[in-house]
Amino acid sequence: MSSFRFVRGSVSPADHLAPLHDQACGGYVSFEGWVRNHNDGRDVQRLEYEAYERLGVKEGERIIAEAMDRFQIEHALCVHALGSLELGQMAVWVGVSSHHRDSAFAACRYIIDEVKHRVPIWKKEHYADGDSGWVNCEACASAATQSPPATVSGGRAGQ
Amino acid sequence: MKTIRIEYFAALREHTGVSSEEIATDAQTVDQLYAELNGRHDFPAIGQLKVAVNDEFGDWQTGLADGDSVVFIPPVAGG
Repeated sequence: MSSFRFVRGSVSPADHLAPLHDQACGGYVSFEGWVRNHNDGRDVQRLEYEAYERLGVKEGERIIAEAMDRFQIEHALCVHALGSLELGQMAVWVGVSSHHRDSAFAACRYIIDEVKHRVPIWKKEHYADGDSGWVNCEACASAATQSPPATVSGGRAGQ
Repeated sequence: MKTIRIEYFAALREHTGVSSEEIATDAQTVDQLYAELNGRHDFPAIGQLKVAVNDEFGDWQTGLADGDSVVFIPPVAGG
C-alpha cells in the first residue's frame, strides 16, 4: 500500500494504523485535521475537497520518503479525505511510529506542513450565508465581496 | 499540430465548466499553451499557478509533444 492515500469522505485512522504497529517502536505520534466551523471570520458549514490524485499521491509519497530520510523513524503514513465533509469530520491524518518519541513528533510536523504546501488538493468552503469559495483563490475572494466578476485578460498572475 | 489533453481542477474546472478537454495546437511550450487557452476561456485571477506535464511538476518553458497531458495547478489548500 502507498504511504500516501486519498479516501472518499472522513478519514478513519483505525483503517490505516496496522502498518505502524512495530514492537521495536516505543512512540507513536499522529496528527488529525478536523473540519472547523469558521475560517477568516466567516461561519463555515461544510467543506468539499478535490485533488489531482495521480500527482497528489506521487508528491505525498515523496514527502513521506523525505521524512523517513530526515528523521529517525520507522513507519509513516498520511491519508487525506476527498469529497464533501461535515463539521468535525477528519480531513487529514498523519501517523508516525519510531523507537523514541522526539523523532516521531518532528516527522509528524514535517509531513503535515509539507502536505499542506505541496500536494495538489483544493478546499471549497460553504458558508452559513449560502456563499461558497475556494480557499486561496484570489478571484474567489473578490467574488465573495459581491464585486463584479474578477477576470483578468492578461493571463496568469505570475509563475 | 499536436494534440494536448488539459485537465482542470477546482476553480479552473468550475470556470471552464469541464474537467478536461483535448485541443489541437501549435503551442511549443506550456507558456504558449496557457496563452492560447486563456484566449478561449478568459481564466480568472486565481493566484500563482503551477503546472504539471504528464503527471509531474514542470515549468512554464517545458516543451510540449503530441499526446502530452497538462494541468494548471491553482494555489493548493489541503489539510
